[in-house]
Amino acid sequence: MKMSANDRRLVTIIISAVLFIVGYCLAQELTTARLVIFSVALLCVGAEVFIRAGRNILHGQIFDENFLMSIASICAFILGDYPEATAVMLFYQIGEYFQSRAVNRSRRSISELMDIRPDYANISRDGQLEKVYPDEVHVGDTIIIKPGERVPLDAVVIEGHSSVDSSALTGESLPREVNEGDTLLSGCVNINGLLTAQVTKEFAESTASRILDLVENAGAKKSRSENFITKFARYYTPIVVGIAVLLAVIPPLFVPGELFSDWVYRAMVFLVTSCPCALVISVPLGFFGGIGGASRNGVLVKGGNYLEALANTEIVVFDKTGTLTRGVFRVKEIVPQEMSQQELLRIAAYAESSSNHPISLSLREAWGQEIDLSKIDSVEELAGLGVEAIIDGTKVLAGNEKLMVREQIAMPPITPGSGTIVHLAVADKYAGYILIADELKPDAVEAVSKLKASGIKKTVMLTGDERTIAADVADTVGVDEFYAELLPADKVAKVETLLNSKSSRGKLAFVGDGINDAPVLARADIGIAMGGLGSDAAIEAADVVLMTDEPSKISDAIGISKRTLRIVRQNIVFALAVKLVILLLGAVGIASMWAAVFADVGVALLAILNAMRVLRNPLPRHLRR
Amino acid sequence: MKKNLRLIGLDCAHCAAKIESAVQALPGVNSANLNFMTGKLTIEGEEDALADIFDHATALVHKYEPDVEVRRA
Repeated sequence: MKMSANDRRLVTIIISAVLFIVGYCLAQELTTARLVIFSVALLCVGAEVFIRAGRNILHGQIFDENFLMSIASICAFILGDYPEATAVMLFYQIGEYFQSRAVNRSRRSISELMDIRPDYANISRDGQLEKVYPDEVHVGDTIIIKPGERVPLDAVVIEGHSSVDSSALTGESLPREVNEGDTLLSGCVNINGLLTAQVTKEFAESTASRILDLVENAGAKKSRSENFITKFARYYTPIVVGIAVLLAVIPPLFVPGELFSDWVYRAMVFLVTSCPCALVISVPLGFFGGIGGASRNGVLVKGGNYLEALANTEIVVFDKTGTLTRGVFRVKEIVPQEMSQQELLRIAAYAESSSNHPISLSLREAWGQEIDLSKIDSVEELAGLGVEAIIDGTKVLAGNEKLMVREQIAMPPITPGSGTIVHLAVADKYAGYILIADELKPDAVEAVSKLKASGIKKTVMLTGDERTIAADVADTVGVDEFYAELLPADKVAKVETLLNSKSSRGKLAFVGDGINDAPVLARADIGIAMGGLGSDAAIEAADVVLMTDEPSKISDAIGISKRTLRIVRQNIVFALAVKLVILLLGAVGIASMWAAVFADVGVALLAILNAMRVLRNPLPRHLRR
Repeated sequence: MKKNLRLIGLDCAHCAAKIESAVQALPGVNSANLNFMTGKLTIEGEEDALADIFDHATALVHKYEPDVEVRRA
């Protein structure tokens, strides 16, 4: 069995520790024996560090931690303090060992969190089931998904029915029923039935691959905190090295009675303490964990910068249709004059039977019965007005108020609710009206109230719809402001006005369905697209993609973002504070090399463990389901 | 044009940053991004320069971290 570098490190640590104890127990007088034992112990545990330091110097990289540790222990050794020289190196390597393990552990947890990559596909060839790699399957192939297996590629069910668990993709824990003709997204798990499906997308374009790709590439867009750390390290290291040199040289030169050896030791303590490793590792880890956790909850965040921006959201702007409402029209009210509601609906459905307009579709859906086409003698569409049809030999008019006025149909005064109204006249006599409206999503109200609870200053709704319809929806869901009758270009302009009205640190998020609001998604600080699982366009255009159709996920995403940032800040403050204290103590000679090594590797280890909390429960307690 | 490499066994964040900036400085490379958590190095650059980018990048990685294994991904 091949040992990993870290296992080898553990072996050297153990050998060296044993030698260290032996050497420590030896009497002070046995100078040669002590020298030999401690030399071997130091070389055993420190060889790797010395070699790295030497190699990096050859590459022109002088001040890295390997160099610092080497100098520190060699100096201590030359000064005759063998146990300390060995212990410092030993302690450092133990810290490195645990740090490496923690990094690997967190990598594994993150990949487990995103364990949606299918390993194989069952393809049927000549009546035999064959297991193949998913990337060997092509569009049009027939695959079989057994209970308990993961859907390998996006496909359409051609036989069988089952329920599938899409929680790894959407965070939705309720299984979804699938039957013939339904789409299957790769990464879902088939729960009970045997499914035969036809592949609709190549592996690389399938949902699971795309999600993994997005999450992995999210690291490319670094957050401000990450950039801060990179910049910080660039200036910090030379400054610290400069101070250390001064510390080693100035006091012994100018203060009588001060020894070089003392001050060189203090400078070493100073240098070892200063290593910014804790920050360099834990900050990106925190963000990566936050992005992974969000994806587990059905929210794809396309970069650390967006995760960070979400926490500072001040204004959330919703596009109405497809975001707060379903974008599907339904009959809400049927108000006949004399006939029954059912009869009015039947006439409307027949009159509108030849049109594919969403309004007509909703009428036919509400009627719900077969349309007997033989009863329709003629239909004429009147653009911008409605239709005129002859049904069972009777003239029927169905359309807006303008149509009624043009045909001189006397209308009783009515008080319409909000929505689109279809007026009907039978044999030139007013017969009543049907009110059709878009339906609110079940969690639309909750979405807005949760946003307010999480401290969003303003919620705004934009829509191209009529004012009365917009006012009604805005009132029901409880948004602070709404703007109606907007053309797509007006929406961009509105978002720009809103962008100017927020504070400079605050961010504006725009939530749309990603279908025709790409310009607005791009203009907003954070463009959020909904129901992204099906739509490639939405995934492209948006910064954050909600994989389900629930607007309430927005506040979940903001919650995850805030928690991630809190943990990242804790780490930055904790690491800098510990280091600052030990730097000061080291400079005045109180802190020993032990403290310095703790400030380096110990703090890094603690910061990594803290960052791992992001993964464990990505949602703040009040948002968990 | 984009190329991805996987760096296996990379556990030093410091070295990751060094490798990233060194690859960025390679001729013909427009941008390089090393995701420390996934060990994925994404290089974007000109078509002909990327032809032997694998060798250049591997050499750079080994310069800083001889134990890391580099694979095409």
